[in-house]
Amino acid sequence: MIEQRAVEPAQLFEAKKESQFITGSEAIREAIRRANVEMAISYPITPQSESMHLVGDLFAEGYIKEYFRGENEFAVMSSVAGAAMAGVRVFTATGGPGTLRAFEAFPTWAGARLPIVCAFMTRGVNSPLTIQPDTIEMAYMLDTGIIMLHAETAQDLYDMILRAFIIAEQTEVHIPVGVFTDGFFVTHTRDKVKIAPADMKLPPYDPYSSPVPVMDMENVPFRQMRDPFVMKSNYVSYAAHASWQQEVMAAAERARKYIKQYIGELIETEYPDADILLIGSGTAVSQSREAMAYARSEGFNVGLVKIKSIRPFPAQEIRELVKRAKVVIVPEFNRVGWLAREIKSVAEDTTKIVVGPHVFGGMTMPPGMILDEIRRTSV
Amino acid sequence: MLSTEYRVLRGPEGYLPPAAASMGVVLPEKGSALVEGCIVPKEDAMELIADKLLSAKNPFFFPGPLVLWAWKDGVVEKAKAIKEMAEAAEAKIIPMPDYRPKYPMINPAIEINPNHPNLTIWHNKIDVCVFIGVHCHYANMALKIIRGGTECYTIALCGEAGHEDAMISLRDVRVEDLKRMTQIIMEKKGVGK
Repeated sequence: MIEQRAVEPAQLFEAKKESQFITGSEAIREAIRRANVEMAISYPITPQSESMHLVGDLFAEGYIKEYFRGENEFAVMSSVAGAAMAGVRVFTATGGPGTLRAFEAFPTWAGARLPIVCAFMTRGVNSPLTIQPDTIEMAYMLDTGIIMLHAETAQDLYDMILRAFIIAEQTEVHIPVGVFTDGFFVTHTRDKVKIAPADMKLPPYDPYSSPVPVMDMENVPFRQMRDPFVMKSNYVSYAAHASWQQEVMAAAERARKYIKQYIGELIETEYPDADILLIGSGTAVSQSREAMAYARSEGFNVGLVKIKSIRPFPAQEIRELVKRAKVVIVPEFNRVGWLAREIKSVAEDTTKIVVGPHVFGGMTMPPGMILDEIRRTSV
Repeated sequence: MLSTEYRVLRGPEGYLPPAAASMGVVLPEKGSALVEGCIVPKEDAMELIADKLLSAKNPFFFPGPLVLWAWKDGVVEKAKAIKEMAEAAEAKIIPMPDYRPKYPMINPAIEINPNHPNLTIWHNKIDVCVFIGVHCHYANMALKIIRGGTECYTIALCGEAGHEDAMISLRDVRVEDLKRMTQIIMEKKGVGK
């Protein structure tokens, strides 16, 4: 283990970086190595398994104080909640059916104001059984109350995970951050990733700035039962529960400022004033970028919007961009087109939004598919 | 749709008022404060807090666990400064030591709970209240309920980033800020000039 010193987040994020040719899973390991994580809990599921194996290596090397395998994803996510309630900086990862198996935990994390960071390496869910890339689980996660960042590349994955801890732990935010990436396409491929020196790490988490009492010897677990309104049937209980949920949503709104500060804007654009806009997230952006290059070489006026933050959603930014465009194409790696639905929900004129092209079940998306859509809508 | 027009005003606002943060109200940066959803200089907000407290018929302070127990250095000094400020404003104090709902009913004459703060405010006819030392989540939860159902004017003196759901909110409140507000109150009362 390399002896590390805790530095201010900005110092770590802006430090001179070394380029390494690594997989997405290895990028997660390098982020966690520098994140001053105290505890990590794992449960295997393809395509996530390797990342938590590598995090386990960090435990063996001495970078993490506690690491174990849970009985299943629900157990892992529940254990992670307990650790976070006790004021521990904690990390885990899952994907696909693992996400669904643990599902009840995610709104629970948000409702308990726990600053957990979880990586989701997305894949298809049953049925029929598949382990291949697909982002459909993100559709299910949209209203759990957690912050959702979508990484396009291994570099995004490294940057977003490291920064996610700082965003999540702000007192006025203090809700979980899920960093999503497209399984296999990012996790199992190598790319150049710029990484900060290994002798630096994030400052420790201060649980006593939490917006809810931290579990300690004064606030024992019994007192951590978060006021079970559900046990009472009266207006007061309903109103308190409603106000509680509003506060969780408000916390996500407050995260915008910190996402901008630490990750840049919620979106990135190339040629934003173009007639045809390709709007995507995750690796759909990479395919769209290829398609845009082909299309522009053919004379089409095409631009690209990469959405980095799904929750909070960049509503204002997307509304303005869609208003200016003549056509908006939304390529996605899932069958339901959840991102197109999100975009339609904030656009003034939804008739210009093309829902697709879609691929799913593990299919790749050739840029030619997107190019065909550009040609078709330009006729 | 986000609205920049939303203002955090004295209630009753309605059946279920929104979180101000979801309506576009943003927290102030260091050195600034929030007044009814607008960002203002901290000193201006302190003056307004003094005016609101002094013009109130029945002002109350609601200190929470963060200032009720000496759990870290500096809390005792802060608690003393809060008491001095309340006394200068001739405000009464009802502590909020616990956040769990108390069933079947609290005694609203002497207790307040973040899950049903309106009961205490109605019972005591409180027209201005000051939250301090209440964990941020519980403060915001209570502030919305108060805004929704009562006519009480809410002030939140926060040790962290502030509260959009209060009508006036300071952030990063330290002992010196409390002493400064006590001084402003005394000056407005014509004492200590």
